[in-house]
Amino acid sequence: MLNFHKDHKNLVLTAGLVFVALSVMVAILPAFQMQETVPLPNEKPLTEAEREGLHIYVKENCMACHTQQVRNIEMDKMWGSRPSIPSDYFYSKKRLDVWRQSPSVLGSERTGPDLTDIGSRQPSEDWHLLHLYNPRAVVSASVMPSYPWLFREVPESMLTKDDREVVAPEAYFNKPGIALVASREALLLVDYLKSLKQTELPTGISKDFIPAKKRKEVSGGTSNSSNARSGPDGANLYKQVCVACHQDNGKGIPGAFPPLDGSKIVNDENHETLIRIIIQGYDANPNFGVMPPFGEQLTDEEIAAIASHERSSWGNNAPPVSEDDVKKIREFINKELNP
Amino acid sequence: MKKTTWYIICLVVGIPQIALSQTEPISTENWVSSPGIIGTFVLIAIVFIIAVIILLAKVNSYIDGMKGKQREKHKMAFDDELIAMEDEDIDYILEKRKAALKYKLKGNELGGKHEAFDEKGIIQRIDNSPSNALFDEKQKTTLSIETPIELKKIVIYYVGAAAFWLVLGTLIGQYLGMKFVWPEMDHQAWLSFGRLRPVHTNMVFWGWSSLAMIGLGYFVIARTSNTTIYNYKWAWYAWRLINATIILGSLSLMLGVNNGGGEYREYIWPIMLLFAIGLILTFWNFYKTVATRKISEIYISNWFILAALIWTIVLTTIGYLPFYQDGLGETVIQGYYMHQGVGMWFMTFTLGLVYYYLPSSLNKPIYSYSLGVLAFWTQMLFYTMIGTHHFVFSPLPWWLQTVAIVFSAGMFIPVIAGTTNFLMTMKGSWNHISKSYVLPFFLVGVIFYFVGSSQGSIQAFRFTNYVWHFTDFNVAHSHMTMYGIIAFMLWACIYAILPKITGKEPPQVLVGAHFWMAFIGLFAYMISLMAGGTYKGLSWIEGEAFIESVILMKPYWVWRAVGGSLMFISHLVFAYNFYYMVKDYQKIKTSTSTKNVEKLTVK
Repeated sequence: MLNFHKDHKNLVLTAGLVFVALSVMVAILPAFQMQETVPLPNEKPLTEAEREGLHIYVKENCMACHTQQVRNIEMDKMWGSRPSIPSDYFYSKKRLDVWRQSPSVLGSERTGPDLTDIGSRQPSEDWHLLHLYNPRAVVSASVMPSYPWLFREVPESMLTKDDREVVAPEAYFNKPGIALVASREALLLVDYLKSLKQTELPTGISKDFIPAKKRKEVSGGTSNSSNARSGPDGANLYKQVCVACHQDNGKGIPGAFPPLDGSKIVNDENHETLIRIIIQGYDANPNFGVMPPFGEQLTDEEIAAIASHERSSWGNNAPPVSEDDVKKIREFINKELNP
Repeated sequence: MKKTTWYIICLVVGIPQIALSQTEPISTENWVSSPGIIGTFVLIAIVFIIAVIILLAKVNSYIDGMKGKQREKHKMAFDDELIAMEDEDIDYILEKRKAALKYKLKGNELGGKHEAFDEKGIIQRIDNSPSNALFDEKQKTTLSIETPIELKKIVIYYVGAAAFWLVLGTLIGQYLGMKFVWPEMDHQAWLSFGRLRPVHTNMVFWGWSSLAMIGLGYFVIARTSNTTIYNYKWAWYAWRLINATIILGSLSLMLGVNNGGGEYREYIWPIMLLFAIGLILTFWNFYKTVATRKISEIYISNWFILAALIWTIVLTTIGYLPFYQDGLGETVIQGYYMHQGVGMWFMTFTLGLVYYYLPSSLNKPIYSYSLGVLAFWTQMLFYTMIGTHHFVFSPLPWWLQTVAIVFSAGMFIPVIAGTTNFLMTMKGSWNHISKSYVLPFFLVGVIFYFVGSSQGSIQAFRFTNYVWHFTDFNVAHSHMTMYGIIAFMLWACIYAILPKITGKEPPQVLVGAHFWMAFIGLFAYMISLMAGGTYKGLSWIEGEAFIESVILMKPYWVWRAVGGSLMFISHLVFAYNFYYMVKDYQKIKTSTSTKNVEKLTVK
């Protein structure tokens, strides 16, 4: 009946039809099924500016190096508070226009950090703009390309009110009398990046990470010593959270982000201001960019670890901060805000 | 066929238990002893051992060559002795020669106790000046394959365009690799990493591999159907369309017009449509040629080639239709598309080519025809299902990920079937390794077919995916397959067929240079990225700050760039070899063939 060895028509037809059937089963039906997803109740649609920013994200093909998916495994915890779910992509993954399909923002390569929650992790517009102009100005070991074509050079005398000036360190931009101005595209792209925040799940639904196995304690006596140094590692947390602006050497970036090394606030015997700034953010010094608040992102224990690390590193030498200290200040702040 | 069913049942039942117990905690302790990692080590060791064997074979033949030279020296000394002989001696020899001419057999010659010597001058040709001691002269291929000039032209132009895209595409790839080491190499928007990366991947995919495959395919289709190509014009239309796709696509990507960043479908649909039309024309042309074949059986190569074309037409259509691609629908299709692009197009087509070129270059039939048929159907069944293994642990439905992992393990069946078939065909012809570079190219391709595919299956397992996903290991894997398998096999086919249709063989030294530089380059490339990728994954699991994983990759990126440079230089050599083979091919062929005809008719 089906003599594939001699009947070319049947051979091609069978191979073709079976393939189509398998494809429908494994690709088209699941795709239709995934398309029925609805957004979370409190998920915000992209604004016009953010959508335009997404177009620039696609144009520069940021997906080549940045993922936008928090996998349900513990190591991805640093990229979001929960694993990503299909609803998260409801607004961003729509067909771009007649010519271009829905963007592949999930990505397949993490040469750079995951961006699912970059808007919460790094809300500072100053940082994003400087980072786009030259990533190495803020992260010295970065291998990300610079995007100078998203910026304009304007004589200082011709600056208008609408121009968004970017202050770059001298090593990266040093032209007297000329200001570095972010183009519309750069601002739109940053708008999009800042919009990338994980929406909280409605209460009652929980989605957890698959835990990693706890490292086996070496039996007997050593277990005590490992207990002694338990708790978060301040140096590592500093690298994850603070280093982007304040730098590894604690010197910050002149004109953009203040130094912590030798800082009065950091070294102050009374640690209240330091803890407050970490929890609430800071925008009092016009010489530097805005510091975003980290109270939501970090636990008391973590803040204590970071503060202690900052107070004892580089040239600094101030007593450590305990979890209770942070707790007290946080309670105090809460009282202040909701009397 | 019963055996197959049994295998399938075994795999479907057995594999899930190994590959996926979702909720168990994962530990990085003793990561070295995890089955996936050990499997990968073993697989890489196989490649390494094969390389050593090829090298030893070559060294051996070199030593043989040296010995031969020694012998020549002795002979030369003998010649000098002859020149220095006295007249009397020469007269004596002449007398002997005269006597020899009148000589008649006595009947006891074969039984005599005399020492044998070539008194009668029976040996026709003694080559006293072997031009190259490094390599045995390969036997000249017979130029007897009668190929219509139109077909020759098609093969040469397809392969020529492919070689061009290979050189340009890998130049771009090399440039991209260097950007990891020097991120500030340029500040041009159109040369930035994000825009240029898809230019590289698409150019080597659709430009190099696809054009080379189709060109080589034309020869196979006509030859194994024992007829001429149905319509030569269509071949040229398709050639123009595909080349236009790559030119327009690359330009649009550099201008920032990107279909949305889904890998390998970065060209926007109006451009990819040209490619699709090219494929449809090619398919119809091949199909009609097979339909008008002059033998009753359809050779197995044609199964693979026709199926690859029809599958890819379906695949491109599904990949670009918009109706189901909002939200994560796009992600499902992306997994399906990017994997089938590799599996149903490049792998299937290339296997089809190997089923013809490997046995024909060894001048023997394929080891097992039915093993080929088994590989064909399992290729279709298993490969189609595994796309989602690019999205393990992602928000895609878990059942889809499970299917992908299970069928990834099932891929062992077509891979082992294919590998066995090719290796058994080569068995008994290993001496070809030292004689020419066609077999080493095939051997490396086949070994990588086994190693790269198995490694891919292992990589889909839970722990290995956990460590390697998102790291540079993926890049190593894709080069191991697209380069180690596809490119090496295509080169083998090209070096096997082009000399036969143009009548000119490239110097063995240059083919050797191409082989070794490409091979060592690839090895450096993949080992560095595999090692670096593993450390990167482990660093992430440890919860170190992300930038640490960037810093630790730097030396590996340098080695990758070194490997990439070797690969690129080897492509320049290949381009020269191609030029050497096809230069003035029309003159060469026409002159010899007309001579033969004249001789026959005039005398």
